[in-house]
Amino acid sequence: MTDIKAQLDVLPGLDPRAPLLQVNDLHVEFRTRDGVAKAVNGASFWLNPGETLAILGESGCGKSVTAQAIMGILETPPGHITRGEIRYRGVDLLKVREAERRRVRANRVAMIFQDALSALNPVYTVGFQLAELFRVHRGASRADAKSRAIELLDQVRIPAAKSRINDYPHQFSGGMRQRVMIAMALALDPEVLIADEPTTALDVTVQAQIMGLLAELQRQRNMGLILITHDMGVVADVADRISVMYAGRIVEEAPVYDIYARPAHPYTRALLESIPRLDLKGQQLTAIRGLPPALTAIPAGCAFHPRCGYAKEPCRQDPAPPAYAVAPRRTARCHFFREVLGE
Amino acid sequence: MSDPTLPATIDTRPRSLSGDAWDDLRHSKIFWVSSGLALLILLMAFFPTLFTSANPADCTLSRQYAGPSGGALFGFDYQGCDVFARTIHGAGNSLWVGLLATLLAGVIGLFFGMAAGYFGGAVDAILSRGIDIVLGIPFLLGAVVFSGRLSGAGDDGVTAVTLTLGLLTWTSAARVMRSSVVAAKGQDYVAAARMLGASPARLMFRHILPNAFAPFIVVMALLLGANIAAEATLSFLGVGLKGDAISWGVQIAEAQKHARVAPAPLIWPSTFLAATVLAFIMLGDAVRDAFDPKLR
Amino acid sequence: MFRYIVRRLLQMILTFFGATFVVFALMFANQDDPVQALAGEKPVSASLREALTERYHLDEGLLSQYWYYMSNLLTGDLGESISGREIGTLLEDSWPVTVRLSLMALVIAAALALGAGVWSAIRRGSVFDNGILAFTLLLLALPIVVLAPVAQWIFGMELGWFPATASRNASFYALLLPALVLATTVVATQLRVTRTSVAENLRADYVRTARAKGLAPRRVIWVHVLRNSLIPLVTLIGVDLGVLMSGALVTEGVFNIPGVGSKLAQGIRTEDGPMVVGFVSVLVIVFLVMNLVVDLLYAALDPRIRYE
Repeated sequence: MTDIKAQLDVLPGLDPRAPLLQVNDLHVEFRTRDGVAKAVNGASFWLNPGETLAILGESGCGKSVTAQAIMGILETPPGHITRGEIRYRGVDLLKVREAERRRVRANRVAMIFQDALSALNPVYTVGFQLAELFRVHRGASRADAKSRAIELLDQVRIPAAKSRINDYPHQFSGGMRQRVMIAMALALDPEVLIADEPTTALDVTVQAQIMGLLAELQRQRNMGLILITHDMGVVADVADRISVMYAGRIVEEAPVYDIYARPAHPYTRALLESIPRLDLKGQQLTAIRGLPPALTAIPAGCAFHPRCGYAKEPCRQDPAPPAYAVAPRRTARCHFFREVLGE
Repeated sequence: MSDPTLPATIDTRPRSLSGDAWDDLRHSKIFWVSSGLALLILLMAFFPTLFTSANPADCTLSRQYAGPSGGALFGFDYQGCDVFARTIHGAGNSLWVGLLATLLAGVIGLFFGMAAGYFGGAVDAILSRGIDIVLGIPFLLGAVVFSGRLSGAGDDGVTAVTLTLGLLTWTSAARVMRSSVVAAKGQDYVAAARMLGASPARLMFRHILPNAFAPFIVVMALLLGANIAAEATLSFLGVGLKGDAISWGVQIAEAQKHARVAPAPLIWPSTFLAATVLAFIMLGDAVRDAFDPKLR
Repeated sequence: MFRYIVRRLLQMILTFFGATFVVFALMFANQDDPVQALAGEKPVSASLREALTERYHLDEGLLSQYWYYMSNLLTGDLGESISGREIGTLLEDSWPVTVRLSLMALVIAAALALGAGVWSAIRRGSVFDNGILAFTLLLLALPIVVLAPVAQWIFGMELGWFPATASRNASFYALLLPALVLATTVVATQLRVTRTSVAENLRADYVRTARAKGLAPRRVIWVHVLRNSLIPLVTLIGVDLGVLMSGALVTEGVFNIPGVGSKLAQGIRTEDGPMVVGFVSVLVIVFLVMNLVVDLLYAALDPRIRYE
């Protein structure tokens, strides 16, 4: 197995000492009949081995599109990456040929999707869909691929893996299906795992089990994990760092405790104030006023200004606020971050 | 394409599906072309004398296979009849039978489909099995038996063919109606209306039928095209219109035997028939595309 | 799976008796003179009258008539035509060429529908796709009564590329033109269904997963998408068999192929009631059995149905 990984290392420019994953100034737009939707507008972040980065934002903020851009599975057209780089161990994946890019997928960067029922092919057994990876990427024999698939199901703790391998996705419960998804993503030992709302479709108790499993597998394999979610509750337990995304930009990036203790961007602050808290029981929750902007018409300057209580004249004018260094390893794109921090 | 840098102007008019669909239709070339063609054919069917003054039944053997002359643009056939006049007058029977049969199928389908969808349970089961039985008989085979049984001696077969086609083709209309009603019944707004005490009739006509209307119209347009073709097929086989009745099917059947010597009497009714069927299919397609944009 | 088969079988039996009863009732029930109806407008001799009455038990009640009709049919006894020939023998003589013709048509249609449908769905909105859509529209608008004689005239007579008629032992080549004509009755719908279904499946989440697994586009389409898209196509083929039977009636007549269709057409023309009833009944049975087979195939393709 390691020798096959080594073969993959012919990726030109691959540098084992370079950061695991680095996204710089990524721009993605969708060209549709009704205009150009700017889904991602200069997102930048990095990921280290063994680390969990949560990308947090409301639906439509561009977080899933970012994930698909990293995987290279954007629907093109209408989706186009117009600028930026996605560096995996120093190699810009956007400049790699499609055949090589394909080998990066699942082998080095893998992904888990939100709704496992629709994300699995309904007409093939779970075993086929798992074994397919070994057969296509590793040239494994039918029997070998099957036994590896059973091993995987065991690893994600699906009971009676040996017999369930012949079952179809619709015969599994929601939680078990998500375990199958995880098994599929981990099959080829990727170094980066992107989980796009992995627990949103599940019951709360099952959510905790799945998150626990993910965290454990991540520790075992020292993987970098990008957790995409809109749920601040999920993030607090497992993430090391958080990138808050709004209208296709990362507006704040910080270690998880700092962000919960003292948000530096008004949007992060508003998000935190909108979750119910036990210690503040009986008080009114504050909702964020207004709606996220349409991606075809993102406001000039700071995209959040129409909904922001701190907004003043500079916020309404281009260019958008730069990423101010708030503290070591901490940035915020807000001209008035000091006010927000309450300094 | 709108300029993305401009702020989006918000349209405050209420936008409904039918409004959107009509907007789409108005800009659809196919819709205008096919409606124009359909209108022309209807005009031909109901006022044939606008197009030709010749008598289609006026046949003289001495003119057999004579070339085009005067009003007889397409020449003369085996019997020495004016091909142009017969083709124009043929539109009448073809259209008339097609329209009536489709109307009949529509009424039966509407009624059965609504009943099956609305009442569900045993009514639905019985009607659905009934549909299965009708669909269990390959269409033309059923029509052959049906039409032969219905037509009396010496009659021109118009009633028999109309009844045959109507009684064998209502199933698609019934199915569409049934699924629309079932879908609408499951909608929260219908449940809400029912809880507010709306009567079954009000539920049906105010809340359920309007939603089923578009797919139903599409099925009707497609069925009209199919029924016109089916009439021609039955006439071709000799169980459709007969005797002195003029129809494209009869013409094609007759001309096919002599196509080697005289292709014109075969080509012209064929062209008119194809154009008619095409017009209604295109119309149905255009309406469906407008109402169901995801299938485009 | 077992429950599915049982349910389908029960439904088929019900449909079977319903459909045969409808056909039967149309022929015999409520006629002023059922013997005359069987013989058409021809004068009926006393001996023929007697023979027909005995054969179809026309002097008994409707239900017992149906009983005799069905038991004869199911034991393979189809009786004699008005012209005094064994209907069973007529059928035996004529079915092989019809089966060959229909199979050729079905294979041609399915191959075209799959190839062009998948390509069209991948290249939606392209010149090829629009061309295919226009082409299917044209085919839908050309009834077989138009296409069969016109194709025979153009390709069989004027251009002489194909034989204009075909015999009972016709070669593959001689049957090609009629098979193509017959295929046009079903190819347009099949193609459109394939295109729509592939296009819909291409947008499905599991396709995104397959791509995330690093599979080549070819494998994504021909392994993952196609299997899902085949489900509606297979259902359609059940219906298409009926369309093909109808089409064979005209096609065989035009091309003078001595198959089931042209025999039946001949029976209609000569107003041979017993022959029409016999042929139609057998064809209805074939149609229903083939549909059952298609249903089972459907279950084999779609596990969600198998494990209901």
